[in-house]
Amino acid sequence: MTLLEEEALKLTELQTLEGHTDRVWGLAWNPATGADGVPAVLASCSGDKTVRIWQQRSPSSTSFDCKAVLEERHTRTVRSCAWSPSGKQLATASFDATTAIWEENGSEFECVSTLEGHENEVKSVSWNASGSLLATCSRDKCVWIWEVLPGNEFDCVSVLQGHTQDVKMVQWHPTVDVLFSCSYDNTIKVWAEDGDSDDWRCVQTLGESNSGHSSTVWALSFNGTGDKMVTCSDDLTIKVWGVDIASLQSGFVNASWRHLCTMSGYHDRTIFSVHWSREGIIATGAADDAIRLFGESEHHSVDGPSYKLLLKKEKAHAMDINSVQWSPVGNGLLASASDDGTIKIWKLESVP
Amino acid sequence: SSFELSALTDAYKERPARSRPGDGDFDEYATELIDQLEVFDILQANFLSTFLHHIRDIKDPEHPYSLEELKVITEDAVEVDDKRSYVRVTFTPTVEHCSMATVIGLCLRVKLMRSLPSRFKVDIRVAPGTHATEDAVNKQLNDKERVAAALENPNLVDMVDECLTPSYE
Repeated sequence: MTLLEEEALKLTELQTLEGHTDRVWGLAWNPATGADGVPAVLASCSGDKTVRIWQQRSPSSTSFDCKAVLEERHTRTVRSCAWSPSGKQLATASFDATTAIWEENGSEFECVSTLEGHENEVKSVSWNASGSLLATCSRDKCVWIWEVLPGNEFDCVSVLQGHTQDVKMVQWHPTVDVLFSCSYDNTIKVWAEDGDSDDWRCVQTLGESNSGHSSTVWALSFNGTGDKMVTCSDDLTIKVWGVDIASLQSGFVNASWRHLCTMSGYHDRTIFSVHWSREGIIATGAADDAIRLFGESEHHSVDGPSYKLLLKKEKAHAMDINSVQWSPVGNGLLASASDDGTIKIWKLESVP
Repeated sequence: SSFELSALTDAYKERPARSRPGDGDFDEYATELIDQLEVFDILQANFLSTFLHHIRDIKDPEHPYSLEELKVITEDAVEVDDKRSYVRVTFTPTVEHCSMATVIGLCLRVKLMRSLPSRFKVDIRVAPGTHATEDAVNKQLNDKERVAAALENPNLVDMVDECLTPSYE
């Protein structure tokens, strides 16, 4: 989305989705829906131990209905969820130390596999771009990489140790098989497969000494081309990092990520979620109940790109916002999840 | 679940209206206002006495503890900004044992979660300079994911509930 100076943005609430009976932690748009006449599908997970599947009433509708409730599988909070790239499977990570894999079978969702191995709470789950690998992370300070095999088998191929505290989130790079994790230990770690030994190792640690965060890093997200990453933290800042994407895509997985800029002074309480839209807009969800949108400023500094606050939606929810997620199809739809137990669907529009 | 959102707000609604010295004719308005005294009262009402009763058991039984002597929290240590829906409680651990400070802080947080309207943001911290691992304790107490996970641990919830149960001796 190219923003002209005189254009203003408007974030309009389309719907509040109610049904969860405890705080909503995570959201995931099904990437195979929302375009080509297929109604959009959104999954949400909660402290009420369930996952809810919400479906757009019709491809042009602004209303979503709860289509399914995935329950009686997880025995504790479901902290995060992620659709496989094909949209056929949903992975759910729970405080019960397991990760479940769900498939839609007719009108029902059934659990087709359970991944066990973490010692305690699993906090995040992520599929790689091709859907052949899955990563999970936990309070046990470890990141596990699982290989997806035929017949809903998942083989642990590596247990990555390096973080000194619980790992809050894992996220694969959108085009290259390089994994990112962020932690309560204030760092972001980059993991890649060693071509010689076939094993995974930490290729870079982004910490306070290289312009990184000074408190828990809660989330990270990539821009559309994968040459930039944004991270958000309890230190009340968001940071943008960049890489030489040509080098990374040519197979040089050690390509160094460097700090490009820090946006401070915008947030008053912990930033729990950050998500970069395909159109280049960064959304944040924070403990101050507000949603903020940032865009790249036309006025670059000598050090690289700079970003400006485009919009702040105060009191977007009645309580903390735990997740903000842009629809992957570029229709300007944003979903937010909150401690208030609701999910909201927003539409971003530019008004001349 | 102790985390039910409705339970938090209901607990607040059900608390009986009371008057405070000097409220006079403005009583009905006064009960709407959450001020420093009220938050202190919430904590004071049953938490402190029972909590102190409990930690007495794990300390030197010869030591004559009293509420005044322990001063885990005082009225001055509770900062309230009702307009901004913000509360900060600064407590002074009585024992240097790290896990005990975390339990005290967790009890304070749960007590406030159950008693205050959900619009309130709560920060809990140990008084500066009163604990060896002050930063670590503060970070843990204010990480809501860790707090949420802790409160799904039945043993920990039992302990917190026990601390928060009024004693009738």
